[in-house]
Amino acid sequence: MDIHFFHSSRETGDSNDISHESTDVKDLIVEKIYEKAESITRKAVRYDRFREDLDKKIDLLLTSRVTGILFMLLLLGVIFWLTLIGANYPSQLLAKVLFGIQGFLESFLMSIGAPEWVNGFLVTGMYRTLAWVVSVMLPPMAIFFPLFTFLEDLGYLPRVAFNLDYFFKRAGAHGKQALTMSMGFGCNAAGVVSCRIINSPRERMIAILTNNFVPCNGRFPTLILLASLFIGGLAPNLGWLLASLTVSGLVVFGILITLLVSKLLSSTLLKGLPSSFILELPPYRPPHIGSIIIRSIYERTLFVLGRAVAVAAPAGGIIWLLAHIKFENQSLLAQAAAFLDPLGRLMGLDGYILMAFIAGLPANEIVLPILLMGYLAQGTMISPDDFTSLKELLVNHGWTTLTAINTMLFSLLHFPCATTLWTIRSETGGARWAVCAAALTTAVALLVCFITASLYRLVMWVIF
Amino acid sequence: MKFYKVRDMDFLMDDNFPRPLVALAGNPNTGKSTIFNALTGLKQHTGNWPGKTVSLARGTFYHRNVKFCVVDLPGTYSLLANSLEEQVARNFILFNRPDVMLVITDATCLERNLNLALQIMEITDRIIVCVNLIDEAAKKGIYVDGDVLSKELGVPVVATAARRGIGLFELKEMIFKVYSGKVKPSPRKVNYGEELEKAIGELVPRLENTFSGRINPRWAALSIISGDYSIEDLEELVKIRDESREESAYGYSFFSQLPGNRGLK
Repeated sequence: MDIHFFHSSRETGDSNDISHESTDVKDLIVEKIYEKAESITRKAVRYDRFREDLDKKIDLLLTSRVTGILFMLLLLGVIFWLTLIGANYPSQLLAKVLFGIQGFLESFLMSIGAPEWVNGFLVTGMYRTLAWVVSVMLPPMAIFFPLFTFLEDLGYLPRVAFNLDYFFKRAGAHGKQALTMSMGFGCNAAGVVSCRIINSPRERMIAILTNNFVPCNGRFPTLILLASLFIGGLAPNLGWLLASLTVSGLVVFGILITLLVSKLLSSTLLKGLPSSFILELPPYRPPHIGSIIIRSIYERTLFVLGRAVAVAAPAGGIIWLLAHIKFENQSLLAQAAAFLDPLGRLMGLDGYILMAFIAGLPANEIVLPILLMGYLAQGTMISPDDFTSLKELLVNHGWTTLTAINTMLFSLLHFPCATTLWTIRSETGGARWAVCAAALTTAVALLVCFITASLYRLVMWVIF
Repeated sequence: MKFYKVRDMDFLMDDNFPRPLVALAGNPNTGKSTIFNALTGLKQHTGNWPGKTVSLARGTFYHRNVKFCVVDLPGTYSLLANSLEEQVARNFILFNRPDVMLVITDATCLERNLNLALQIMEITDRIIVCVNLIDEAAKKGIYVDGDVLSKELGVPVVATAARRGIGLFELKEMIFKVYSGKVKPSPRKVNYGEELEKAIGELVPRLENTFSGRINPRWAALSIISGDYSIEDLEELVKIRDESREESAYGYSFFSQLPGNRGLK
């Protein structure tokens, strides 16, 4: 479809031509339909002791410029707070159970006389990555998704689009981009597909290229875990609050970057004026809790988890191999990490972190397990069912608060996962836009990390 | 019940739906699924998550010894094909031409719901408008006069409160009547104003020839004139549009060539 878009654009000269010319007629048609609907309603509907809709009063509060935005931010914070608090205990329990099974698997393989490398590949590589992904991802998703679905069923999401419309217009983008961005919270590939709701090819492209700046489910667990370990760990009493503030702050930062890059694109590469659209605010409806839980667990949580598991198992195996195939007395993994180390250090990261992000291209979920495997392959063993020992492991490998912050920022901003890139390719009809998306996001990620690292170092240098 | 995963629109083109075919359209949250379930006796859950794959639920029911096949189209606010859901719903009505088109509306906000009904009336004549949630509306002090509505729209109107099973028999009766031709809906279409109607009038005969009744020519004309991108799906339509453009008569920029176009609004 897109190819058509661009053909027609070239014919008329400017990519905006079509949308603007036809919008006039389309608007007229829509207007006439609305007029007719109104006149029919006036004749056929009778209002008796009809009171002002409660919806309108609520909307007055939730969609006004000041209170609307405040409420949105508050809601974001509360959602992450609930997710963080609620997910902590089940996560640890799941990890205990799943990593407990690891022992059985190992002794079983030993008992049937499997060679050590089979044991390593299957259990340390595949099974452990799998167990990690399930125990870290499942609980937050099982809380976050029902909450998100609740808001959706309530009819709140269109209000979010309404609130953000102004900002996106200012950025030269389409107001509906707020909706496609919200979809990105679930999955960026789904977010990119949902950009079809934007008619103008120029604004659609902006929405597609910037969708990755909001963290998807695959990245939330990474952010949540690092935030609770490192930022939450800064103040023991206010840990949860601090951690959820950090995650919310990252999301807001991602949205700011989205707006900034949209503005940049709309004033350089994809020039033009934003087009208008009609956004209907559906009535608020009390959601059915039962169907929310069924739908969010079945359609979203298990779906996303299934995808993650399908990628994590083979990837875990491959990474284990890379960590154990030695070349000139050093594993391939360590060599790659050593090669990336200077660039990583410059940005307040290290070689292993960068390598984990690159190896995590198939799915963002597996970045942390790969990183841990890289660290663990160097010989340090920890009991992985305890998240505080996880922090120790990271700290032993030179992690500071800066490393944690920059890893979170890099995770937030870096190149899209393979699925998303493929989706961009098929949605825009060309690999060049996928390459463009990857280059753009990576450049932003490198730049932001470099800035924070330099600032951090400057502050440290001034203080000490 | 079968779920069709919609990756492209191809599956809509091959006409493998048993007849008589009844399609359900309506805004999200109008109780469309409740009516579907009540008609077919099936339990089904559908999510309204934009971006997720659109699924069409399908079931059957018997009334007066006729086996009707029912398809539940995705809930949409319009048929202007701005989203995948809207495209699926529109293409289904266009290509599968249901024997009875059931438009479910919400009595508590009829005006918004009528927009969709009016748009569907551009594509097909065999429409029944079902005013659902009359119980909720009554609670709020809103009463819909079905006779007036029916007269204004030119199509049969049935009032229901599907959750309580009210009006479902009448609905089945009306479906049967429209199917068997005992009731012939004659929708009173929207008048788009002199200029647009003239353009539509000129395009319609040509489109009639090309599609020989397979696609409603008035709808096709409207889409061409409004420069609807989604008609890129329909190769034949695109061909006609482009031919028309060569004769510099119609096309995307039809109205921009008319002086005073901007004044149309």
